[in-house]
Amino acid sequence: MSDYTAEGGHGAVPTEGVPTGSGTTKGSWPLYEVFVRGKRGLNHVHVGSIHAADAEMALHNARDLYTRRNEGVSIWVVRAEDITASSPAEKDPFFAPAGDKVYRHPTFYAIPEEVPHL
Amino acid sequence: MTATLDEQDLQQGFEDVIAADQRIEPRDWMPEAYRKTLVRQIAQHAHSEIIGMQPEGNWILRAPSLRRKAILLAKVQDEAGHGMYLYAAAETLGVDREELTEKLISGRQKYSSIFNYPTLSYADVGVIGWLVDGAAICNQVPLCRCSYGPYARAMIRICKEESFHQRQGYELLLAMVNGTDAQREMVQESTNRFWWPSLMMFGPPDADSPNTSQSMGWGIKRHTNDELRQRFVDMTVPQAEALGITLPDPDLRWNAERGHYDFSEPDWSELKAVISGSGPCNAQRLAHRRRAHEDGAWVRDAAAAYAAKHGGSR
Ligand SMILES: [Fe+2]
Ligand SMILES: [Fe+2]
Repeated sequence: MSDYTAEGGHGAVPTEGVPTGSGTTKGSWPLYEVFVRGKRGLNHVHVGSIHAADAEMALHNARDLYTRRNEGVSIWVVRAEDITASSPAEKDPFFAPAGDKVYRHPTFYAIPEEVPHL
Repeated sequence: MTATLDEQDLQQGFEDVIAADQRIEPRDWMPEAYRKTLVRQIAQHAHSEIIGMQPEGNWILRAPSLRRKAILLAKVQDEAGHGMYLYAAAETLGVDREELTEKLISGRQKYSSIFNYPTLSYADVGVIGWLVDGAAICNQVPLCRCSYGPYARAMIRICKEESFHQRQGYELLLAMVNGTDAQREMVQESTNRFWWPSLMMFGPPDADSPNTSQSMGWGIKRHTNDELRQRFVDMTVPQAEALGITLPDPDLRWNAERGHYDFSEPDWSELKAVISGSGPCNAQRLAHRRRAHEDGAWVRDAAAAYAAKHGGSR
């Protein structure tokens, strides 16, 4: 038996006796979520997060971290704590109202095949 | 009683997501052991990227040309970026980057064994790109399908960049083996030093990896250490042949029956020693990281004070 393994991409590290954190935050800089528009015509998409002292620095750091190879033409940053999310679980009664409304989809309607352009 | 039933429900929901090969997302319920395994793995992966800047950073100021310097600078900067993606992924599990950094510089969390070896010549820059980033690619590509969403997404970004790392290293070696005898000798000498530590990057043999099956059950790990090591050897041998250099293992040969290369067992006692702190550069790497962190404290404080004064961060 051995108390180390290859977990983590760059290779062997120990697995036993490694503390995994207290769950308390003491970071001096707030966390920002980063959204990048890949090119004109696309929406901004969430790419990750970054720490920065203020929004201006968050933009600069996000540029250096997430767009080193022309991955973006526009960046949004927003304080993580300012985001309101639907609820903890991803499968969520919040979305139940949409679940039984099959008539909202075009495939709900049977149309004879010979009718064109429908 | 209801609490237990709820817990069972949650556990079942978690297992259903894993069984369907879907992704667990940060706000999902997850077993405490799954969360702890991920924190440990992602944090130590992040630390490896950050410490991994040092061996190559050692040569930036002595790069042989402006072209090589720009390439090496970009490569090392990527490794910093990899560390940041991974710290961000770890933070989605409820830990704080500051705390992880403290655990690194106090030695309570570790980083990959490979970065405790010194870089003695410029050929090491090429060999690290070829073998060390090559081995990392073997480890990391399957992690792109890891069951934890933020980790998998970070790995996809990282893997896109690793291909540049490996190719720039190999191209440097090609230039050197097509140069003078002395340059060819440098490549061979560097390969001799990095071959065994690169094989050790995949961790101990499967029989000695008690955590592998749990990690595979959770969809974190997709292949065993020995499978990945074999894959790496099979990929690397023809690349060494193309360079015209010899991998330092007299027992390395094609096994037609298995359809794989046979190779010797690395010295596992060396891996154990290096991981537990007695590698050639452990103390130096950690001291350098600690110094950088402490020397940067006034910059972090100044930025926070500026933000507070100008209302930027409320
Ligand atoms: Fe990396
Ligand atoms: Fe790399």
